[in-house]
Amino acid sequence: MPTMIETSSLRFAYPADEGGQPVFALRGVDLKIEKGSFVVVLGHNGSGKSTLAKTFNAVLLPAGGKVYVEGMDTLDESLLLAIRQRVGMVFQNPDNQIVANVVEEDVAFAPENLGVPSEEIRQRVDNALKAVDMYEFVTHAPHLLSGGQKQRIAIAGVIAMEPDCIVLDEATAMLDPIGRQEVLSTIHRLNREKGITVILITHHMNEAEDADRVIVMDDGKVAMDGTPKEVFTQVDHLRAMGLTAPDTVDLLDRLRKDGLDVPLDALTVEECADAITRAVAGN
Amino acid sequence: MEPILQIKNLTHTYGVGTPFQRSAVEDMTFDVYQGEFLGIIGHTGSGKSTLIQHLNGLLKPTSGQVLLSGKDIWAEPKKIRDVRFRVGLVFQYPEYQLFEETVYKDIAFGPINMGKTGEELDRCIRESARLVGIRDDQLEKSPFELSGGQKRRVALAGVLAMEPEVLILDEPTAGLDPAGRENLMANIRDFHRNRHTTVILVSHSMDEIAQNVDRILVLKSAHVLMSGTPAEVFARADELMTAGLDVPQVTRIAMALKARGLDINPAVYTVDALEQELLALRKGGAAC
Amino acid sequence: MLKDITLGQYFPGNTVAHKLDPRTKILLVVLYIVALFCAKSLLTYGLMALCLAVCVRISRVGVKQLVRGLKPVLVIIIFTGILNLFFTPGDRYIFEWGFLHVSDTGLRSAVFMVLRIMLLIMGTFLMTYTTSPISLTDGLERLLNGLKKLHVPVHELAMMMSIALRFIPTLIEETDKIMSAQKARGADFESGNLIQKAKALIPILVPLFISAFRRADELATAMECRCYHGGEGRTKLHVLKYQRRDYIALTAGVLVVTAVLVLRHFGL
Repeated sequence: MPTMIETSSLRFAYPADEGGQPVFALRGVDLKIEKGSFVVVLGHNGSGKSTLAKTFNAVLLPAGGKVYVEGMDTLDESLLLAIRQRVGMVFQNPDNQIVANVVEEDVAFAPENLGVPSEEIRQRVDNALKAVDMYEFVTHAPHLLSGGQKQRIAIAGVIAMEPDCIVLDEATAMLDPIGRQEVLSTIHRLNREKGITVILITHHMNEAEDADRVIVMDDGKVAMDGTPKEVFTQVDHLRAMGLTAPDTVDLLDRLRKDGLDVPLDALTVEECADAITRAVAGN
Repeated sequence: MEPILQIKNLTHTYGVGTPFQRSAVEDMTFDVYQGEFLGIIGHTGSGKSTLIQHLNGLLKPTSGQVLLSGKDIWAEPKKIRDVRFRVGLVFQYPEYQLFEETVYKDIAFGPINMGKTGEELDRCIRESARLVGIRDDQLEKSPFELSGGQKRRVALAGVLAMEPEVLILDEPTAGLDPAGRENLMANIRDFHRNRHTTVILVSHSMDEIAQNVDRILVLKSAHVLMSGTPAEVFARADELMTAGLDVPQVTRIAMALKARGLDINPAVYTVDALEQELLALRKGGAAC
Repeated sequence: MLKDITLGQYFPGNTVAHKLDPRTKILLVVLYIVALFCAKSLLTYGLMALCLAVCVRISRVGVKQLVRGLKPVLVIIIFTGILNLFFTPGDRYIFEWGFLHVSDTGLRSAVFMVLRIMLLIMGTFLMTYTTSPISLTDGLERLLNGLKKLHVPVHELAMMMSIALRFIPTLIEETDKIMSAQKARGADFESGNLIQKAKALIPILVPLFISAFRRADELATAMECRCYHGGEGRTKLHVLKYQRRDYIALTAGVLVVTAVLVLRHFGL
């Protein structure tokens, strides 16, 4: 599969306070993210996961190493707009990324910036709003919408650029369970139906269950990288990094230590129940 | 047990007389008992935020009463500030209300408003800072230099320093990572255990509620849907799910096991309890 | 409480007044103001009032809402009225008491002055009531486009204005929240003298400013991520285009101003 984003020995440091040492947030990250994949990046606060996300569309530039977006070097200033058009970003606070006070105007913001002709903007706005299931709100004022709806507007605003990849930087952190569900099902659908690469930065483990790949960041480095099953079954390793395994895995882990013959990699509730039933029946 | 707060037929209607009239809280009646750890859960829009702002007199009921130690909090409207000192309310994302030059001064804001001075003031500031894990050397720092999680602790300490009899926390762990969430909840549990203060925890997360509280109040569209111990509430998990509310993952596993014919209490809500249930089942099975 | 502020409030509708190009409406308001300042007689004032009444009728904006717009400036209106009434020298005094005197010209200019301010405010409000803030800024930007050659940052100003409008409700909501939070810590905004009251605002203003800066910072990043790079090469979702109704409205506007000028020329 072609590569969407590639980083090689990527390093990044935030400028230091007076007299202090610069703080390294990324210390050598090598990643290849495949086109069309759904990748979840986990890690505790300060692990470097948000910094990493911001290097993917040249909001932050590498202090060492490189980031390539579809082969384009993010350090090349002439490619800036092309890179940002390919990789859209959705941020944590829904209020602070909505530009206009009418939904359609907000979704139109990016295509307007790109100089898309008016008739085509209209089409893109309508299609984007339909893709996130918010078309009925086309002329609403965004500040009256719920958190989940605002984030879907923000996603629509990104889709209207027709990007190949969407990065969600803790975009579900401020939402209630319903809003979170709305956003998750929207991005899963976009990934499935439009083949858009999704990179979801989060610290909610359960959002990673259906991902193709889970990357765990710790101390500015990639600490774990694999399928959800491969990552979540390493219960002790996760705990050491301030993360918790899903309750399903936690339970199976304990039952194994109690001498029950269950597999560890039954992540979902149904899989877990099946595994336990089989083990108990086998006794 | 003595009720410390009694909510009687509380109704709050926004925009009376306008086309936007709507009741955020409608005819709610329940008691909060002295020293208990109560959880309130419900969707955005279920009336949670409106409800808790009545408990410390930030909002005035359209009808109905709130009694604190048996006395209507609006009996003397001039003394409503005293109610706010006795019922401490920590809002969502409280770190956004910090304003002072130092952590110490910010925590002092509430107690100074109460009229505390001198050693008494110093004591309650240092004690509450310690309770939430703020080190002494951080007290003289600017609150804006701290990390997000630490800022939130400072804001929490600012309310604890008023030494309220009831502490209400609105989504205290929103936006924190798992370790941060667990640390903060541990602080709150300790505070509850050591001070015997009544704590009301408002949360979206059923898991968080299940692991911490003695009793749960479930709200749905401006009404109380259920109230009871976690075991009692999760025994009605089906109802919760039809109401669009979450059920702890462990409860869902237990329900799925039950559905597969295992003889298990489907209302368990901690990994520990479910493990014990399963071990007991195995022993029972082996004995047969 | 804070939510009740009607700052340039917009009442959506589907009338001709709503559909007019915002540039037309801005130009009409300019013409209207010119005409108002040229009006000198009862006849011309009557004509202006009639124009306003017709526009109100077309826009279907309630008279009540229009009058409510006068409330915040009531003090200014009364003050101007009194000043003109008592302190205009004239030939004939209708009423005298100490240094206060009411002359016939004073009475006349007081009435006209009050009328002028009221008509002025109601006319401008009619525009904001029937034009969404976003199309208003859009119209302004397009009207002032020519100034770009003089290096006036027209696009940037318009962008700032529309973002400010976008964040007013958010910041009002935030102020409410911060006030509640500080009240929960015993803050008292009501009692005390002026200095104490001003001091009591610090716990609100500091968090509000910090949050506004944080929001601005995050918004700037979000805008850059959506390929914002200034006004150059920017297109628009809604392109403003003068329609037949705009030409008709503008012609009517010019005719009214001409009529007022002609009447003025004849001393009316």
